[in-house]
Amino acid sequence: MSADKNSGNIINIKTGLAEMLKGGVIMDVVTPEQAKVAEDAGAVAVMALERVPSDIRKAGGVARMSPPELIEQIMKVSSIPVMAKCRIGHFAEAQILEAIGVDYIDESEVLTPADEEFHINKHDFKIPFVCGAKNLGEALRRIGEGAALIRTKGEPGTGNIVEAVRHMRQIMAEIKWVVGMDEAELMSAARDMGAPYELLHIVRKEGRLPVPNFAAGGIATPADAALCMQLGAESVFVGSGIFKSDNPEKFAKAIVKATAHYDDPAIVLEASKELEGVAMRGTEISEIDEPMKMANRGW
Amino acid sequence: MTGRPIIGVLALQGAVDLHRPHIEAAGAQFKAVKTPKDFEVVDAFILPGGESTTMLKLIERFSLWDSLAENFAAKPVWGICAGSILMAEKVLNPAQKSFALLPITVQRNAYGTQKQSHTAQIDGYDVSFIRAPVIQDVDPSVEVLARHNGDPVWVKKGQYMATTFHPELTLDFPSPMHKAFVEMI
Repeated sequence: MSADKNSGNIINIKTGLAEMLKGGVIMDVVTPEQAKVAEDAGAVAVMALERVPSDIRKAGGVARMSPPELIEQIMKVSSIPVMAKCRIGHFAEAQILEAIGVDYIDESEVLTPADEEFHINKHDFKIPFVCGAKNLGEALRRIGEGAALIRTKGEPGTGNIVEAVRHMRQIMAEIKWVVGMDEAELMSAARDMGAPYELLHIVRKEGRLPVPNFAAGGIATPADAALCMQLGAESVFVGSGIFKSDNPEKFAKAIVKATAHYDDPAIVLEASKELEGVAMRGTEISEIDEPMKMANRGW
Repeated sequence: MTGRPIIGVLALQGAVDLHRPHIEAAGAQFKAVKTPKDFEVVDAFILPGGESTTMLKLIERFSLWDSLAENFAAKPVWGICAGSILMAEKVLNPAQKSFALLPITVQRNAYGTQKQSHTAQIDGYDVSFIRAPVIQDVDPSVEVLARHNGDPVWVKKGQYMATTFHPELTLDFPSPMHKAFVEMI
């Protein structure tokens, strides 16, 4: 095999890790004990947090990066990847998370934004970033800044899937729209969406985002997970949905099962019968005050 | 083998679809497999990259162990990263169950966290090591096809092959490893 065989045409290692997480469930955990429950249930990664989104809503005030000691304790007991959140634009929090050595950083609207104009320049980091998006333009802006994985924003902490569905459908519909465009139309689409022109070229050619596309924000049942996967998500994040349910262990296992077999209703049915408890109480989106809508944070 | 063999990529979780262009360019057919019915129709298996603990739990929870073991006894199997862990006779950090198809000892996450993930050239081909395991020990009966920093990273014995790196993340089709695997069928 000659050395010139290879053109260096390679998916970078930041996105490479996201590829390994496909078809799985990433669970929010607030203690090392919960991290064990998540790993035993078959989570592909955990998100180490001080509070799950529904408790962040209840607590009010400013939500910041979790204490480093807590993240380190969770890393110590986990053999699967550990993610942690920093505030939008708060690159110093991200630097701390990189120094701790987490596997993925979520620049997240669940925390109170630190910068209302600029997101973090994620190219500056060796650790990969995941960012939320409501539409294709927003997804491509984050990828342009260096995000290696995109998730829908949904409306975190509500147990209400409606916003995640809206965002996933929006992104998938816009991808189809771009695929059908004449090349000459791409520049004005880039202008209208506020999306990097070069990335729109990739979307048009490949018919998908340039990085994996996961769902998050409001997933509370096996059926919610199966719905997101059928709409085009490649994995799901579950925040409050597991540890705010009646029976976290059963919910965690059932959501993992439904995600792996999302296209087989008989197995999703089985998973739905294994819950032994009720899901977290859901919140109707119109009951949330405008400033507390997390999906509107970032741009 | 005559005709185009079918390679089943175990699709419980992980990097599955990236194998399709490599497998097709190497002259075989790609199939994502999840159930015993799927396992029967394929000629060889790829245990893909992903999270080995997750795959192990799903294999046990979905009662796939016996059916997979039976199929692995009769067909070529290639384990990648997490998949190589499922094939190793002995697994460290932590110890976990495996199909024990290759007499090798594998240490999980041996390079550390994602910070230590990196790329390297193996056999003139750029590949990625992602939260990769290290093959610490190989039985003399195992053929070492490539090393990286002195450690075996591509090994083979009989109908079984393992790589601790990810050729499927490289977009020049087919990778030398996919080509070598198809030749084993």
